[in-house]
Amino acid sequence: MSKRINKSKVTELDFSSVWSYAASPESTDHIKIAPRYEHFINGEFVKPTSGKYFKTINPTSEAVLSELAQGNEKDVDKAVKAARKAYTEVWSKMSGAERGKYLYRIARMIQERSREFAVIESMDGGKPIRESRDIDIPLVAAHFFYYAGWADKLEFAFPGKSVAPIGVCGQIIPWNFPLLMAAWKLAPALACGNTVVLKPAETTSLTAMKLAEVIRDCGLPPGVVNIVTGDGVAGAAIVNHPDVDKIAFTGSTDVGKIIQRATAGTDKKLTLELGGKAAHIIFDDAPLDQAVEGIINGIFFNQGHVCCAGSRLFIQESVHDKVIRKLKDRMNTLVVGDPLDKNTDVGAINSAEQLGKINHYLKLGVKEGAEIWQSSCAIPRKGYFCKPTLFLKASQSHRIVQEEIFGPVLAVQSFRTIEEVIEKANNTPFGLSAGVWTDKGSRIFNLTTKLRAGVVWANTYNKFDPTSPFGGYKESGFGREGGLHGLSAYLKI
Amino acid sequence: MERIEVLKTYKLYIGGQFPRTESGRYYALTNKQGATIANVCLASRKDFRNAVVAARGAFAGWSSRSGYNRSQILYRIAEMMEGRKQQLVDELLLQGISKSLATKQVETGIDHWVYFAGWCDKYQQVFSAVNPVQSSHFNFSVPEPTGVVAAIASQDSPLVSLIDLIAAAIAGGNTIIVLASSKYPLCAITLGEIIATSDVPGGVVNILTGKQEELLGQFASHMDVNALVLPEIANDLLEKAKLEGANNVKRVHHYKNTNWERGDFLQPYPIMDLQEIKTTWHPIEQIGSSGSKY
Repeated sequence: MSKRINKSKVTELDFSSVWSYAASPESTDHIKIAPRYEHFINGEFVKPTSGKYFKTINPTSEAVLSELAQGNEKDVDKAVKAARKAYTEVWSKMSGAERGKYLYRIARMIQERSREFAVIESMDGGKPIRESRDIDIPLVAAHFFYYAGWADKLEFAFPGKSVAPIGVCGQIIPWNFPLLMAAWKLAPALACGNTVVLKPAETTSLTAMKLAEVIRDCGLPPGVVNIVTGDGVAGAAIVNHPDVDKIAFTGSTDVGKIIQRATAGTDKKLTLELGGKAAHIIFDDAPLDQAVEGIINGIFFNQGHVCCAGSRLFIQESVHDKVIRKLKDRMNTLVVGDPLDKNTDVGAINSAEQLGKINHYLKLGVKEGAEIWQSSCAIPRKGYFCKPTLFLKASQSHRIVQEEIFGPVLAVQSFRTIEEVIEKANNTPFGLSAGVWTDKGSRIFNLTTKLRAGVVWANTYNKFDPTSPFGGYKESGFGREGGLHGLSAYLKI
Repeated sequence: MERIEVLKTYKLYIGGQFPRTESGRYYALTNKQGATIANVCLASRKDFRNAVVAARGAFAGWSSRSGYNRSQILYRIAEMMEGRKQQLVDELLLQGISKSLATKQVETGIDHWVYFAGWCDKYQQVFSAVNPVQSSHFNFSVPEPTGVVAAIASQDSPLVSLIDLIAAAIAGGNTIIVLASSKYPLCAITLGEIIATSDVPGGVVNILTGKQEELLGQFASHMDVNALVLPEIANDLLEKAKLEGANNVKRVHHYKNTNWERGDFLQPYPIMDLQEIKTTWHPIEQIGSSGSKY
């Protein structure tokens, strides 16, 4: 670039005046959401013992979509009893091949109803339909399909060992990938011969209840999968139930620690998939346009409600300004709005509570001295939305750098040397994921070896696959989900 | 005139050195007749913290050694131990263990070093995977060491359990702080001397003597310890350790009813318990994707 051009003048492109998209909403008229959903226990939909229900809302319109059974200890106890009975009498005795066939059935039926699942996921959770349709739901089906095939091959997974199921598994999942997390939990557990009590997140239970319909329609023996909806009360009841053999939890590190403490005095097996604060590292030799796409995908995928989001960006100093310029340009093209619109890149923040938390961090970042920059996009007046946000000149000690925000907020730092960026990247209690962009193969392997994280994306970001193990180092939890390694979470080895 | 024997001072093994406990405290180890055999260091919280600093400092270097190199070093420990076999047997005898059991402990221990030496460059192959993802990416998963491990040796298997715990941790590239059996602590420190002269870098293995009930809380609550291995422990202590361990999501491993001398630990799985699986993704170019016909 010519030195005579004043860089700061040419940088910002004004996309808003150039084009706009016609609305292209996904149709919802074929979607049936019942006014009320009950617990799914022992193959039947049963009313909560408390008689109480809670509402689930659409974060885009703030309209009530349905109401769900408010689970408590009694409901959980019923579910655990059903799961125990199904375990001893049916599921643990069934051959792996037959178990697998049930899972194949479930996978197929999810594929058949995939559009319905995608639309409800976007309505209830706020994620763009493009993601729920093209990523979440296909991965759900693929996950069941993958583990279905393991059910009769488990003896080949762990050399020198005979394996056995653990028993009744309590599974507690988050609201960011509601159905996908249900699949990550259910598919390996069932393939390994366990029965399950699953609790979906309070704000995103609808697709789990639709999954219950699929499970019923597939003829899965009653009690093999039980789904109890509710808040932390139901979750705690699952964790504390004496007849649960294993707890699998995905969620925040704070709650993960509570669960680890709660199970301390027991023989319950535990796997935890907790928070993250991933370093996303851009070297000066990286293909910068691709790297910018990677950064966008890393932090704005699913509104940044991703435990492995690339929320700490490290740019090598020599390309810092250039990358930021490109990144701002790209961010200005992001369409924030109706999750059901096929043009939407960034959907609705999942809940008022989460939006409040993100806004808190936005204020905090400014107060701590980082420089805030937000995309110029318009955001809908109604519903929970947040503009894609950068914090420039962030430093290691900032809370926006240390703590998981779980929103479309990216903290940017620069670095000079490889040693420096490795040190900074690893200097966090988390260790879930990391990303690195460079054209140099030997540097990729240097970095991917030294970064203390369970998943490292090199020249890509936020890719998932049923065959690919996922999980953290350090305070990001322990145990893996996905792939062969994901089996060990559900077997006595 | 009969020669006056030179008695050995048993000290701690921290960061490749043999310091006395900073606390200056000790406990007297007596034989069956009640005579004092040795004044054994009663390691303190500060000793443990120093050991964690040493272990953390040694981690980057040790974990990046090649499996082949770690393998040679573990084998070297076996060689050194074979050479000092009689000393270890004598120490076990001195502590009141029968001759046949003492010899068995030492010989089994040596053989276990050889066993784990062999795993150093093999468990990665057995437990790694190239994952057949749908998209155009090369995706593979490999085990990597968890980090700094704190462990407590079995009270009644003073040598073999100690060796198994250390070997499983360091074969996999971790560094370790281990508390020796308080009933039979002497050979633990001698093992430290063997390790110190076997090309094991300082800080990779740290051995403390002292009281379980005093140190367990420190082991469990230290924020720079990644994993805790407690083979034999009372349920209430285990619960307490797990509670404290949750503060930094520590991996707590409890091996019930392990018969060390029988070789219950001779598997790759204790190594894998102290490993994290790392999955790496990289795109695969699609140009020329129709492939070669040949």
